[in-house]
Amino acid sequence: MHLQTLSELAAGLKARQFSATELARAFLERIGRAQAQLNAFITVEDDTVLAAAAAADRALADGSAGPLTGLPIAHKDIFCTAGSLTTCGSRMLANFVSPYDATVVERLRAAGVVTLGKTNMDEFAMGSSNETSYFGPVRNPWDRARVPGGSSGGSAVAVAARLAPAATGTDTGGSIRQPAALCGITGVKPTYGRVSRYGIVAFASSLDQAGVLTISAEDAALLLGVIAGFDPRDSTSVDLPVPDYSAALREPLAGLKVGLLKECFDKGLDPQVEARVRAAAEVLRQQGAQISEVSLPNLPLSVPTYYVVAPAECSSNLARFDGVRYGYRCESPRDLRDLYERSRGEGFGAEVKRRIMTGTYVLSAGYFDAFYLKAQKVRQLIARDFNRAFEQVDVLLGPTTPTAAFEIGAKTSDPVTMYLNDIYTIGANLAGLPGISVPCGFADRLPVGMQLIGPHFAEARLLRVAHQYQLATDWHRRIPEGYA
Amino acid sequence: MEWETVIGLEIHAQLATQSKIFSSSATAYGAPPNAQANLVDLGYPGVLPVLNSEAVRMAVLFGLAIGAKVAQRSVFARKNYFYPDLPKGYQISQYELPIVSGGHVDIVLEDGTAKRIGVTRAHLEEDAGKSLHEGLAGLTGVDLNRAGTPLIEIVSEPHLRSAKEAVAYLKKVHTLVRYLRICDGNMQEGSFRCDANVSVRRPGAEKLGTRAEIKNVNSFRFVEKAINFEVARQIEVLEGGGKIVQETRLYDSERGETRSMRSKEEANDYRYFPDPDLLPVLLDATFIRAVGATLPELPDQKAARFVEQYGLTHYDALVLTAGAELADYYEAVVRFLGGEPKLAANLVMGDLAGFLNRDGVEIGASRVSAEALAGLLRRVADQTISGKIAKDVFEAMWTEQLPADDIIAARGLRQITDDSSIEQAIEAVLTANPGQLADYRSGKDKLFGFFVGQVMKRTQGKANPARLNELLKKRLGGA
Repeated sequence: MHLQTLSELAAGLKARQFSATELARAFLERIGRAQAQLNAFITVEDDTVLAAAAAADRALADGSAGPLTGLPIAHKDIFCTAGSLTTCGSRMLANFVSPYDATVVERLRAAGVVTLGKTNMDEFAMGSSNETSYFGPVRNPWDRARVPGGSSGGSAVAVAARLAPAATGTDTGGSIRQPAALCGITGVKPTYGRVSRYGIVAFASSLDQAGVLTISAEDAALLLGVIAGFDPRDSTSVDLPVPDYSAALREPLAGLKVGLLKECFDKGLDPQVEARVRAAAEVLRQQGAQISEVSLPNLPLSVPTYYVVAPAECSSNLARFDGVRYGYRCESPRDLRDLYERSRGEGFGAEVKRRIMTGTYVLSAGYFDAFYLKAQKVRQLIARDFNRAFEQVDVLLGPTTPTAAFEIGAKTSDPVTMYLNDIYTIGANLAGLPGISVPCGFADRLPVGMQLIGPHFAEARLLRVAHQYQLATDWHRRIPEGYA
Repeated sequence: MEWETVIGLEIHAQLATQSKIFSSSATAYGAPPNAQANLVDLGYPGVLPVLNSEAVRMAVLFGLAIGAKVAQRSVFARKNYFYPDLPKGYQISQYELPIVSGGHVDIVLEDGTAKRIGVTRAHLEEDAGKSLHEGLAGLTGVDLNRAGTPLIEIVSEPHLRSAKEAVAYLKKVHTLVRYLRICDGNMQEGSFRCDANVSVRRPGAEKLGTRAEIKNVNSFRFVEKAINFEVARQIEVLEGGGKIVQETRLYDSERGETRSMRSKEEANDYRYFPDPDLLPVLLDATFIRAVGATLPELPDQKAARFVEQYGLTHYDALVLTAGAELADYYEAVVRFLGGEPKLAANLVMGDLAGFLNRDGVEIGASRVSAEALAGLLRRVADQTISGKIAKDVFEAMWTEQLPADDIIAARGLRQITDDSSIEQAIEAVLTANPGQLADYRSGKDKLFGFFVGQVMKRTQGKANPARLNELLKKRLGGA
């Protein structure tokens, strides 16, 4: 049963083919067996999982169950979960037990979901390879010498290796879509403001957005319907009705205008990846979509823009980790300054420090205009490019990443090369747009993902295109060898 | 050498909201440490601020009251610095786009002339917590009850030219925020406090001198003392050939001096940027108009009306309108009395104010109600008692909390108005003081007062002063 999609498992639970407890046990067992190989999880509490599963079984028995009751899912360790560790992949929070649930966690619990555990991630979501985690790198189940992508690498691997049928993630510059692509699964980053950020340890507040990593678009629709919606605790969440994403999947693609994102087919794109994405476009064309090419001239400025805005916000967001109230505190501080310097110096890893320093620099007197303000202006230009594109087409299509998964350690010595891995995904974050990565084949036996980007709040449209594509293909059902 | 003093004030007024500016915690003063700090106030990972609309309403009300521009779009920004009582490592404030800009406050100088003081801006921000050092055996405690309390920071133009002007301005703003019911004005609890930017320059100089910022002075008296000390210090430095360095100074109220806290070089770079967790505050004209419609009568308007309606002097009107509650009390007295506004003004400003002050009681908790005071004044007006006896009756009313009539009756304080009783007393006094009478007759006119006093003494102050004067004059002149 671990190979089934979330939607199939939901039907199985309803039909009493298996119990929530049996389901939870099966996944707990798989997690335990794979942990040493993949390191996908940071925290798994069997007792808590089984207690939740038993409660779900009672609900299923007494008829009080909802559509998700008993379905197990994993949370990226950036979501606060009441009573259990929320480490954010950092030594800084290695001992932090959250006193509350994030809105996403709360809504899924209320829908009856059983939380399997907390997945490994790049420290404070800063990374594209899951190598910056304090708890060690996560390995790609398609080739354990390779990275799974990041920062939601643990969540992506958990789904890809079927250690969980679905997982939550967050995406600030590609952190859901990029690992989904490198692990051969489906990953959705909703519109900024569609899902509440309350309870998500903040990295870059104007870019962070929660989403889901699943086997199929159909599963993503099911979960997104639960986690999306206005939250009065997040001033940037948007008060718009949540459409029935599942119902929207069925509409065929006839007449849909798909624009191939010219700037994403650049010289850095691996030819095999390009071939898979173009083949996927051909599938969509055969399903009735009209394919054209669209240019976003300012899109190539995404990476430098992002690496001003995101560090600026992170330098401020991470100031609260000071060793005073919670989290890591250095041994025997001499005075206040020593407490700050050593707690932060010892609690944060190298990449986090690099971004805090970059961010502090770009916000400093004398540099603010040249960096932060300029980046905000370019951000507007990029958003305008997208708006113009959506006057011509319904969705944009391109590769999610320039290459398939790279080897662990291959890019750790050169941060800029690492940053360029997110070159195709960052634009959607800067413009606040929804994006989805869908498996579309393999390059040298490693998964390749295509990315679809839509206008604000067009999640239903993206899910529908992905679902229709997945009806015609089976890339999303491929499972890495040894994990079937 | 002559020097001109230039002062600008930054006033921090805590807004009297029930809950904090970005969280649902209560703002009441005096709770046990950290009892009013929730996860948002503690800066926990993942929590987010949500703006309290009541704080916005109060800031708009203040802006309208000082004739300022209320921004239809204002932006919250983060002011970044590390301190243990600042849980997030940044304070949410407003920087480039404040909610209020360009207003003014009118003050009255000692010589009675009015002066208009410009208000550059007023912006919303959150307060920090407090660091505690006492009773912790060398450790520092952090109390975050105050963290997140809404503040409005009111920044004046450098229009103030003396410590006295600065205090007059501070008092005027203090009066205003209490009229508007947006701040309780309690300076001991820190609800109303100010920083003073002080510099001196040669008279006629265009450029401002280098300034020092004196931090957190929390009483009117200390503001005056701190500024005067600082002005004298700066003049001494300059006249000694030295230079003023731009710095932040702290006022030590025990020593009565300011001391350097940090220089400009040591100042933080706050790295302000728009807070991405909060959307810009958008206010439409309808909302601003609706808030404007709730503006109460303001101190200046009320004082003008008091002069007009009650025939008071401008000075008396200013005293009586210094607080909305005092003004309301005064008007209630006049209403109960059905007139006699000057008589009422004298007693309210004199005896009542004296006893309130002596016992440290707010007007709202006065031991003599407006109605009871009117009862006393009625007896003065109808000449049952004299103004002098009224003072004694008032004291008895304050102590015993009885109506004026009861006290007058019980103590037999009714004024003697029949001429024969007063004449009798006059005769007795003249008989008893033949020497003074002789002196008077030989031209010592001043002794008239002595006889008045003696008669009053004899009648225990109850003789009607006007009748006494007339009868005594007749008796002395006639004999």
